[in-house]
Amino acid sequence: MNEPILNVSHLNKHFGAVAAAHDISVAIQPGTCTGLIGTNGAGKTTFVNMITGYLKPDTGTIEFEGQNITKKTPRDISRMGVTRSFQIPQLYASMTTLENLEMGFGVLSLMRNPRRLFVGTEKPVPGYGNQTIRQLAEEAMERFGLTAFRDQVTRTLPGGTRKLIDIAMAMATKPKVLLLDEPTSGVSSEEKFDIMDMVMRVVKADGTTVLFVEHDMEIVSQHADRVLAFYDGTIIVDEPPASALKNEMVLRYIVGNTQALSLTGQNDA
Amino acid sequence: MSADKTVIRFAAFLLAVLLGSSFLPQWGLFMLTIVLVNGLVVLGCLLFLRAGLVSFGQALYFCFGAYTTGLAANFLDVTDVFLLMLMSAIGSGIMAWLLGSLLSKYRSIFFGLLSMAFSMILYGLLAKTESLGSTDGFNVPAITILGYAPSSESVRASVLGVAALLALLAVSFAQALLKSPMGLLLTAIRDNEIRVEYMGASAQKTIHTIYVIAGVFAGLAGSLVAVSVGHIDPTMAIWTTSGEFVFITIMGGIGSVIAPFIGALAFGIIHTIAFSESPNTWQLVLGTALIGIIYILPDGLWSLLTKVRGANK
Repeated sequence: MNEPILNVSHLNKHFGAVAAAHDISVAIQPGTCTGLIGTNGAGKTTFVNMITGYLKPDTGTIEFEGQNITKKTPRDISRMGVTRSFQIPQLYASMTTLENLEMGFGVLSLMRNPRRLFVGTEKPVPGYGNQTIRQLAEEAMERFGLTAFRDQVTRTLPGGTRKLIDIAMAMATKPKVLLLDEPTSGVSSEEKFDIMDMVMRVVKADGTTVLFVEHDMEIVSQHADRVLAFYDGTIIVDEPPASALKNEMVLRYIVGNTQALSLTGQNDA
Repeated sequence: MSADKTVIRFAAFLLAVLLGSSFLPQWGLFMLTIVLVNGLVVLGCLLFLRAGLVSFGQALYFCFGAYTTGLAANFLDVTDVFLLMLMSAIGSGIMAWLLGSLLSKYRSIFFGLLSMAFSMILYGLLAKTESLGSTDGFNVPAITILGYAPSSESVRASVLGVAALLALLAVSFAQALLKSPMGLLLTAIRDNEIRVEYMGASAQKTIHTIYVIAGVFAGLAGSLVAVSVGHIDPTMAIWTTSGEFVFITIMGGIGSVIAPFIGALAFGIIHTIAFSESPNTWQLVLGTALIGIIYILPDGLWSLLTKVRGANK
């Protein structure tokens, strides 16, 4: 087994008397796709927030590629190669899709060479051959199926498209680990499978390690290699999806009987 | 840094102004210099507004630049206008870097009021310092330009030439900055600071950087006013001076680097006419003019150019 890309040890986080994370320890292997499931308030988003630096744990450590990132800022963690998308897409609402993505690659260009303060978007990004910020943004739009929305201001776009732009912007930082917080929430049931297929195709092509928070067990079973089930701030099940989604605790505390029975039937069939 | 259409047009406009200036009376030359100087400070305000910030404290650097020039001319016997401007730019830049390290942590009204508070501290200090003339200020001796000492008749035209050169350099710099990823970051900070941080960029560092740039612009403008007027006093740091810069920023708009100069020109014309026609109620005229501009052209006077260009297509 490879060295874990992400190593979380004994993570604790309390909000007053509520334990949002209680002694969480987990190691994530590079190139894997992990589904985080659990009811609302189980601690999934707190876990994502702590790994990406938005929240600091009370105790415990988070290591990325062997380096302790527990106390680092979201900016530093993103620069190291761990970033996220948001449940409510965090876009530049007054900019077009193209401009949003140019921002992503523009920052990448600045990070690669801070002296390039006055380099316009038509200049190549260091480390990307002759590709310019504009070309990289166009390519990202194509990969995520966003070309049709190129010149539209993002605040006018539908929820599913905004979700894809949010994820495309996270991918513009060229992360090694990407955390997706409910990538299909608020999206129609037909659309969410397309969104996940599109996202997973891109991240797998780039070899990015993915952790995604998801309520739809069908999506989890389709895309995850491993499932972490959260309940009351702890991980109660850590198994591959085939067994995790049949696990008695998952069925009882998370999935609910109706969906559990239908899923069990599907998996058996 | 390649030549840009906006910069070329602005250079052509300045050249036309300089060529036409030989037909202007002394007060006209002075007014144009003040227009360019105000435009220079407002260019810094434009950078702030692009990031969603309003500074009510640019008068601090305007005054600091003027006093640096005044003190260097009086006590160090420096007379060359470029050397004086350089000293003011460095002084204001250092001051802006120091204060900016604190101010860049604040947003919205807190940024605006804190910047105003620092400016009023400078006003208070200068007004109470007898050795610097207290509220009366002091005179600035005659200047030279690269060894050439302009006569009293030609000094206004010479200073206008220097102001035009400075405005052109500042516009070129600001245009290149706004077209770079850092320029895009300003709008990004205004729209969504959380996303900026998660992309690995620092909103605070970006704001700190533009704070220093705006401080240098204001310091250079203050230096030019000092040599142009020949007198400086603490009212240059008072909050109404900063308010005037914000007023011009809104008048001109923030859509282009030449907008501050269009705003400053309109402000200069309205101010001059209103003051001569109605000396007791000129503020009323200016206020009414601003309301009218905001109502008709919500994106500022600059947007008139784009509308005209669009209509001609």
